[in-house]
This record gives sequence, structure tokens and C-alpha cells, in this order.
Amino acid sequence: MTSAVADDLPVPVAKHRAARRRRRLSAGKVVKETLFYLAVVIVVLIALFPFYWILRTSLLFNSQVAAGVGGANGIIPSHLSGVAYGNVFSQASFLRPLVNSIIVALATTAVTIVVASMAGYALARLRIRGTGAILGFILLAGFFPVLAMIGPLFLVLRYLGALNSIYPLIIVYLVYTLPISTWLLKNFFEQIPAELEDAALVDGATQLQVLRKVVIPVAVPAVFTAAILSFILAWNDFAFAVSFLTSTNHFTAPLAITTFGQSQFQTYYNLIDAAVVIISIPIALLVLFAQRRIVSGLTAGSFR
Amino acid sequence: MSVNQPTGAEGRPARAGRPSLARRLTPARRGPAPVGHARETGDRRLGYLLVAPVVILLLAITAYPLIYNIWNAFHFENLSYGGLPHKFVGWANFTAMFESPQWVAALERTLVFTAVTIAFDMVVGMALALMMHRRFRGRGFLRASILVPWAMPTVVSALLWKTMFDPGAGFVDYILGAFHPAWSSLSWLGISVWRSWVAIFIADSWKNIPFVAILLLAGLQVIPNDVYEAARIDGASWWQSFTRVTLPLLRPAISVALIFRTLQALLVFDVIYIMSGGGPGNSTETLSYLVYNTFIINTNIGLGGAMSIMLVVLALAVSFIYVRAFRPQTA
Repeated sequence: MTSAVADDLPVPVAKHRAARRRRRLSAGKVVKETLFYLAVVIVVLIALFPFYWILRTSLLFNSQVAAGVGGANGIIPSHLSGVAYGNVFSQASFLRPLVNSIIVALATTAVTIVVASMAGYALARLRIRGTGAILGFILLAGFFPVLAMIGPLFLVLRYLGALNSIYPLIIVYLVYTLPISTWLLKNFFEQIPAELEDAALVDGATQLQVLRKVVIPVAVPAVFTAAILSFILAWNDFAFAVSFLTSTNHFTAPLAITTFGQSQFQTYYNLIDAAVVIISIPIALLVLFAQRRIVSGLTAGSFR
Repeated sequence: MSVNQPTGAEGRPARAGRPSLARRLTPARRGPAPVGHARETGDRRLGYLLVAPVVILLLAITAYPLIYNIWNAFHFENLSYGGLPHKFVGWANFTAMFESPQWVAALERTLVFTAVTIAFDMVVGMALALMMHRRFRGRGFLRASILVPWAMPTVVSALLWKTMFDPGAGFVDYILGAFHPAWSSLSWLGISVWRSWVAIFIADSWKNIPFVAILLLAGLQVIPNDVYEAARIDGASWWQSFTRVTLPLLRPAISVALIFRTLQALLVFDVIYIMSGGGPGNSTETLSYLVYNTFIINTNIGLGGAMSIMLVVLALAVSFIYVRAFRPQTA
């Protein structure tokens, strides 16, 4: 693993080293490299093979699922069909929960971005008393046990007659999204050169105008990162949804899936897995296209 | 999520917010004129206005339920919703909780699950972080593959592994059966307690190890290379440089990962609900699951409140211990 060290050296040195390494490629090194790549392959398989398996299962007929794995229904089945995907929408009416989830996740993201940008900017730039305490509280709220909030919020929603509606979820999900987004944006605003704002202020802009016309445009990448993370966190909730929602057409997608494909005699994994594949797709796409952003967002300001 | 270490330890930001314009332009501008001062108070007023929504919203979602729970825990003894007759019942709900074998069993289970999960996730996460840190062809692909399980909803990871472990449709069953006929058609969820835990544990780790790995990777990336170079010149072996250089410098990243994973494991709910529903019997019920069951299903808001408060106390205690243990030594 010493090579891991040499790898980050300045380019010429690293190149020289690499060349030297190549010349002296001993049998031991070859074995080491092979083992390393083998380990990488195993990790990738463990991470991704289960996805292949649900994709495969989702493309089977009920009878094939019932027959078990093996023979014509082996790891690569001989017959595939999209019938489960049709059934997810026709029999299980998955469309409504899917739309519900999209509405809630997008609305949560929008609210988060507005609220977190304002707070992030204020905490980074405007000299408020108690900045440390406020930041500490926001962090603590992010650690607050979800299940400890559910009971009282349930009672409040019941009192307001707002149980079994997706809209309260938009507020409740902020507990997932606000802490990370506020911290992320605050850290980002701190890094924007102050000269940009000073110039605008000297030109007679108000602080609010500076925020809107100067800071926000510069902060687009960070805002985008916060939005992606917020969307993922809101999309992924299960605990609040399962506690507050009771009828199928108000379910969010993750909750709806848990009610699919169960009968007294058989679990229809093709139906379940078709729904699982469908709700995985938006998240998988986000990860593939925004991997770098997500990683930097997750780790922003963690170790400073 | 971002955790600023010094903040946790001392309640102050590591870097104070940038001084406002007025402050930055002093002393050249300020002098005796009140303009700077006025501007500063203006800034401050705007600042409070901008911060207020976050604070109010988060208080409403966290602090309010906490207070409500405390009130409920001391005022309801029966199975009822609020609004029904209630009286002050003292510590009755807490006594009932501590004397309930079901709760004590759930507590033990949760603590064991947390300990095992953390140990396993940290070791594997570290290995993955070192793997991703190395420069090689296909590193981007490796990172994306590792990130995908983390980003998935727990519903996906739980149902995916439920499929994998199914005696009929599952890959695990298929592959075990290929090794030994007696190992096939095993029911993983619902009959055997330890097999249920294995399935839950794997589903949980599969989803959460990537997060540990990403945090540790970020920690690895900020360690300057000359430190390693120095260690190498001094003749340190790989293991020596890992234990004497990497691990100590990785302390902040490790502490962040530890806090996150410990709290997640301590509060585990979704994966249990979806995979086993607490069963077989009550054997996979965790503290969070029990709160859900007591409060939402049985509508016992007094006992449920007491259990919720215990969750908060546990979470606070854990955060406090970690923040103490990982307080920066030099600060």
C-alpha cells in the first residue's frame, strides 16, 4: 500500500516513481496488484449484484418466482417479461404514491434551500450574537431521534385533522434536510471572497440585495449540492410516513411498496422488486451524475 | 452531514463568521461616526431575521415534541389519546418502562446490535476508504458503486435483501444450496432469531458502510503526503505508518463517522420494520421499534412518551461521550 502514498506526489516525481516501479515489477508486486483488483471486484459485486438480482426478479412472471431459483430461472433466466411493471401501476396503483413522493421531496427541497440559504448566509457573514449556540442547536436537531418526535407530532396532526395527508410531511422532513443544508451553505458562504460583497455594498446595494444578486449566483454549486442531498433525504423517509399516513392514495412511494405483493400463499417478489427498481432509479441517476457533489457535500466542513 | 469538531466540543465555531463590512473597513471608516455602528446593528437585525426560520422550524419539530412527551409521560397512564381524562401520575410510566421485560430486552438487543454494527462498519469502512483513496484505473467507478447503496432509501435496501434471503426467490438461498443441499430453503426471516438478525445486520451494513467509508476517505484526503513521505524515509512499514500516522491524523473523521453510525444504529427502525416487523415474536424489536409500537399502534401515549424520552437521553449521552472522548487534544 506504500504506492498509495507515492501516488499523490507532484506529477514528475510520481511519473518517475511509476516508471521505476514498472521496471522492477517483481512477482510479489504482480500478486499484490492482482489481489487489490480482486478485492475491488468483490466490493463492486457486493455493492451492485443485489441490484441485478432485484432487476432480474422484477422481470419474471409470478410462476417463475414461485418456482424458485434454478434451471430455466437461474441467475440469468431464459424468459423475461415486463408484466410486473405493468401490474405495479395497474393492480397496485403505484402511480399515486410515486407522484406524492415527488411532490413532497421537491417541496421539501425548495423550502430547505430558501430557509437554509438565508440562515447559512447570516451565520457566515452577519455578526449575530450566539452564532456558536445556534450552529450547535442546528447540529443537535440533526441528531435528534426521529422516533422520539413521531408520537407528539402524530397527536398534533390528529388534533389539526392533518393526519393522512402528505403536506405536513413537507415540514416534518425539514428535520432531515435543514441541519446538513444549513451547515453546508454556511461553510460555503464563508469561503466566498468578501471583496465581491464589499464591492456591491460600496456601490450602494443593501445586504439583502447583496445576498440575492451577488452571493446566491456565486453559491449555485453549493445550493445545488444541498438540493440533491435534501431531495435524497426527503425521498428516503419511511418512519414519518408509516406513522402518519393510513390510506393508500396518500402513501409515499417507499411506504406503498411495503404493502405490495403480499398474499396469504406467496410473496410476489417480482411485483415488489419492480416497484423497488422504479424508486431506485431517480436516486441512482442522481448518484451517478452528481457523485462528486454528493461526496463533497457529505464531507463539507466536517474536519475543520 | 457536517460536524464541526471544535463547535461540538466548545460550543463555538472553529472559524467565526466573517466580520461584517462595517467591521472590516474599520478603523479607516468608523471613527466617531455612528454610520458603522448603525450598519452593524442593521446587519445584526437582518441576521436574526434570516436565522429565525431555521431555528423556529427545528424547535417546532424537535423541542416541542420533547416537551410534549415529557408532559404526556407524567400525565397519562391509560391507553388513550390526549384529550381524555388525565391526572398527574408521577414516575409511573418510567417505572413501568424499566420493569417491562420487553423494554429491557429491546434495550439490550439495541445495545448489542449497535456495538457489533459499529465495530464491523468501522473496520470495513476503513478498508473501503483506503481502497478508494488509492489511485488506480476505475476508481471513479468504485466510488460510485460504493455510494449507490448509501443513497438508496432503507425501503430499497431492506426489500432488496429480503428478496436476496428469500428461501424461494433469493440468491443467498440459491448459492448456499449450491454448496450444501441442507443449506437451501432456509427461512431467514420469521422463524430463526439469529438468522433474522444476520439478514437485518447485512441489509443495514450494506446500506450504511458506504457512508462511513466516504467520511473516512474525506479524512484521508486532507492528510498531507509529506507526513507519509517522512514516515517512509524513517523506514516505517505500511502497518506502522497506518497505525502511527494515518489513524491519529484521521481522528476527527473517525469521530464524526462514529457519532453518526452509533446514533443511526441506536435508533434503528426502518430496516427492522420492513424486514422482520420485530419478529419472530418480539425477538428483533429495538428501542425505536418499541416506541412506534407503543405510541402509534397501541396508542399508549404515556408509556410511549417515557420511551421517547429515554431515546433522547440515550442519543444525548452517546453524543456527549464521543464529543468528550474526541475533544481535540491541542486546542
